[in-house]
Amino acid sequence: MNYSAFSLLRNALSHNRGWREAWRSPEPKRKYDVIIVGGGGHGLATAYYLAKEHGVRNIAVLEKGWIGGGNTGRNTTIVRSNYLWTEASLLYEKSMQLWEGLSQDLNYNVMFSQRGVYNLGHTLQDMRDIERRVNANRLNGIDAEVVSAAELRKSIPYLNTSPEARYPIIGASLQRRAGVARHDAVAWGFARAADKLGVDIIEQCEVTGINRAGGRATGVETTRGTIEADKIGVVVAGNASVLASMAELRLPVESHPLQAFVSEPLKPVLDTVVMSNAVHGYISQSDKGELVIGAGIDAYTGYGQRGSFPTIEHAMQAILELFPVFSRVRMLRMWGGIVDVCPDACPIISKTPVDGLYFNCGWGTGGFKATPGSGWVFAHTIAEDRPHELNEAFDLKRFETGALIDEHGAAAVAH
Amino acid sequence: MLLIKCPWCGERAETEFSCGGEAGITRPANPDSLTDAEWADYLFMRKNPRGAHAELWNHSLGCRRWFGVERDTVTYRIAKTCKLSPGKTD
Repeated sequence: MNYSAFSLLRNALSHNRGWREAWRSPEPKRKYDVIIVGGGGHGLATAYYLAKEHGVRNIAVLEKGWIGGGNTGRNTTIVRSNYLWTEASLLYEKSMQLWEGLSQDLNYNVMFSQRGVYNLGHTLQDMRDIERRVNANRLNGIDAEVVSAAELRKSIPYLNTSPEARYPIIGASLQRRAGVARHDAVAWGFARAADKLGVDIIEQCEVTGINRAGGRATGVETTRGTIEADKIGVVVAGNASVLASMAELRLPVESHPLQAFVSEPLKPVLDTVVMSNAVHGYISQSDKGELVIGAGIDAYTGYGQRGSFPTIEHAMQAILELFPVFSRVRMLRMWGGIVDVCPDACPIISKTPVDGLYFNCGWGTGGFKATPGSGWVFAHTIAEDRPHELNEAFDLKRFETGALIDEHGAAAVAH
Repeated sequence: MLLIKCPWCGERAETEFSCGGEAGITRPANPDSLTDAEWADYLFMRKNPRGAHAELWNHSLGCRRWFGVERDTVTYRIAKTCKLSPGKTD
């Protein structure tokens, strides 16, 4: 069923009894052309673009839990493309362009709201880095501007721009096309659109082994039996190392919990996204009125989807440094997602030494914004058995050649 | 909050410590003859296991000494901590 004003009206007149499930729940077939392991946003986007752009029809997405239950539903929903290095900024900008038409493309409202993202500068060196990044962005055709503290005072009235602040704010970079999207809707929208193109979305199906013969991947063992495949794409975020070890591969990633928080709902108080590298926190307000807050990863590795209290305290300190007005806001919920962090804070979207086995991982703390772009280039990599020029630099081989893309700190850090 | 037992100072809060990552990574004995792939493996590739993990921690806001920790990466339970002895990494 196509979602439209007409279908809303028709279903309203029939007491909303006519709505169908957004995607089927098929039994797994014995064999697929392509299996995508991981039913998060990136995996579903990969399946969608494989079917839409490359005409692959016999695809399964295997998800060990439920759609939207992993990192896709555990982030702070920020979308931006103001990365420093050309390789990274072009990849994220491709994603940004897909975001801009995504609701229409999927026939699903992903509530993409281009409300702007500010990255604050607190020191002279911060401002130099900001100016450098803004210039680099503009050279790559990405919108970016430097704004002064006076302009910040006008556009974000509750931000503490006092020179008396412990870490005074002296300016910021602003990407106006950046913003937020509704994370669940992104997963559901891609799942529904992929299902419509014939992709089998199989939930509650955990991959327990990767079968190989003669240096080639031939299928997977799952909790719902053996499934054969010509090609296997693995997009499992925090569990990338676990899946890699099933094929005797080693990855340069380590998994950490990354926490986020929402407050009780408030009346509209913040109509943009504010991030600070120096005090390390980021905040926006959801359409429901909750303040959505994020900070850094826990220092130690972990697969438990929860974080440590010192990290919560640190995040709250950062937010109160920026917005003292929020000191009496009560927090409603907190949660953790498991992010696989690469040494250079850039993803791996790559072929592997095993033929027919592809990995898309290492997004670390910044994967959500890349959801459509990541799926788009990964679909190309799988279908053509070679990377698209946008993800050529994100090969696993870069750790041997030394051609790392160092976005740690450079990319306005807090993802 | 993790309670970590420093082998010298006893149990302290996790905020006193910094995690140094995977234990048992041995510096190559013959760096001149290493291939690029071997260097990449030594520098970047990690076990990152889901479950029992041998780690190095530093009591950075205490005695500032390194020690070994055996920790479960799912439950975060610390099975044991130990002093490091020369030539022994586990």
